[in-house]
Amino acid sequence: MLSLNHFLVLSGILFSIGTAGVFLRRNLITILLSIEIMLNAVNLTFVAVGRYLGTVDGQIITFFVMTVAAAEAAVGLALVISLFRHRQTLSPDAFTTLRW
Amino acid sequence: MPAISLHLVAFYAFAAIAVVASLLVVGQRNPMHSVMLLIVSFGALSGLYVLLDAPFTAVTQIIVYAGAIMVLFLFVVMLLNAHTEDEMVPVALGPHGMKIAVVLSIALAGEAVWAFSRISTSVFSTDPGVTGPISSVARIGIGIFTTHAFAFEVTSILILVAMVGAVVIARREP
Amino acid sequence: MPAFINPTVIAHLVLIFAVMNMLVLSSAFMVWMERKVCAYIQDRVGPNRVGFEGLLQPFADVFKLLLKEELMPKAADKFLFVIAPIISVTAALTAFSVIPFGTQITLFGLLDPPLRLEVTDVNVGILVVFAITSMGVYGIVLAGWSSNSKYSLLGGLRSAAQMISYEISYGLALASVVMLAGSLSLREIVMNQSGYWWHLIPRWYVFLQPLGFLIFFTAGVAETNRAPFDFPEAEQELVAGYHTEYSSMSFGLFFLAEYVNMVTVSAVATSLYLGGWLGPFLPDWLGWIWFLIKTLALLFFYVWMRWTLPRYRYDQLMEFGWKYLLPVAIVNLVITAALVIWLG
Repeated sequence: MLSLNHFLVLSGILFSIGTAGVFLRRNLITILLSIEIMLNAVNLTFVAVGRYLGTVDGQIITFFVMTVAAAEAAVGLALVISLFRHRQTLSPDAFTTLRW
Repeated sequence: MPAISLHLVAFYAFAAIAVVASLLVVGQRNPMHSVMLLIVSFGALSGLYVLLDAPFTAVTQIIVYAGAIMVLFLFVVMLLNAHTEDEMVPVALGPHGMKIAVVLSIALAGEAVWAFSRISTSVFSTDPGVTGPISSVARIGIGIFTTHAFAFEVTSILILVAMVGAVVIARREP
Repeated sequence: MPAFINPTVIAHLVLIFAVMNMLVLSSAFMVWMERKVCAYIQDRVGPNRVGFEGLLQPFADVFKLLLKEELMPKAADKFLFVIAPIISVTAALTAFSVIPFGTQITLFGLLDPPLRLEVTDVNVGILVVFAITSMGVYGIVLAGWSSNSKYSLLGGLRSAAQMISYEISYGLALASVVMLAGSLSLREIVMNQSGYWWHLIPRWYVFLQPLGFLIFFTAGVAETNRAPFDFPEAEQELVAGYHTEYSSMSFGLFFLAEYVNMVTVSAVATSLYLGGWLGPFLPDWLGWIWFLIKTLALLFFYVWMRWTLPRYRYDQLMEFGWKYLLPVAIVNLVITAALVIWLG
């Protein structure tokens, strides 16, 4: 039978995949995509625990997390566009000096 | 043969799709393919929300994440036309960087799995008295507009700020 | 016989098969209707050689398409090039699955319990249509990108930007109807429109929300990339937009997806605003005939608009969507909310 453990383990695996992507990939867009994976893992945890406790608050918080993720993706991508225009590359290693 | 519940089969199917798609997102070189695979992963997660008696969250996930945020990513990837990068892992890790990266990632995942599997073993309650009102959109609406009304208003201002900020940051200097 | 094969399951499977076939055939019918209506508007006769009054013309077109050679540009991204029309068609056909087109039928007493005329009914039905329609954007964007040609890319990007811009007004018009009906399920929205005022005027939402209906239909026309909002596939400007590099059946699939999207938007507009399958003179279980008539009327409007109105330029199109249609949709929503609270 399905239990809370199943969903929490899955969410842990997804979160660690996202974390590995953020630390190890050298492409700004892939880093942003990995952040989205992490946010989704957290959403899954919220909904699963909400279902376990029998309240609807888990889904409400998920609603807000999705909205904040949208706002963050928009601003993050605007930054990526602006950075790309400057150095013509998407690798974060090109932006290591503190000069603009 | 023991009765295998349909919920369990569906859970494992969706979970496998989500994990494999996420692994490929992180492991793919081509950012365009990464974006498409992430959409597949979101679809699988939406299926998991349906299993959790949360149809509204499932549909919102498709509308907001897979339908809007990913289109934004897709536009940026297409317009920037960025080439795939040369190294996949930081140069500082040395020539065996990829192997070390994979080992460390598996260690992290293993720790997470071990930690979470010790939390609770009780099964989801199937009592209709508990699950009945869960998926009701009306209850979600009441919750958002009464208990969490402040968060709702602040989120709307946040979206406005993000919209203006994105336009200003990405603007070409005249 | 295993326990799960019983008349109800078989009837349901037959119903799903019938609905999907009907959608594909309606696309063929739309091809014929478009050419005939276009012809009569332009004071000529249109196809009249193949079959009676040209009714078999769409099938002749399909045969021609099937026999053409499938081309793929050499520098195209193979996987995305192949999968783009599949995504379009899948999204178009799936969106129709939550639309109810009649009350229950019993097939003269053979079916017990009676079968409801829909593929499925979820309690967030209208949002499912919205969600799957927004997935249809990917078919177009991927087609434009993977063809690796400048006309396709421009057409694909413009089309995608147009579709996501008009989705907002579409959703706001939807929200106004949901406020009036108090439910997200399409079946309940239609059932709330039953009855008459003063025994004469049916209680359709189009009379309560005329502005909302106009907004919804305009946004729907823009969503399906039809005239006057069809700049992304304008023949005179962009060769053929995002499907320039497609030939034979892949092109046919895009065509099919566009017509099925038109049918879906008309069907949703019928359910939300025109009372779905409700109508006088016919018994309850023949309600699907009224549904068909109303949907056909809206589809006729679609075709009529295409051959009468000139095309919007792309910047005019985007300006209209963001600066005029969106504020009007918001005002409509606010007024509806105020009236619902005030009048109870």
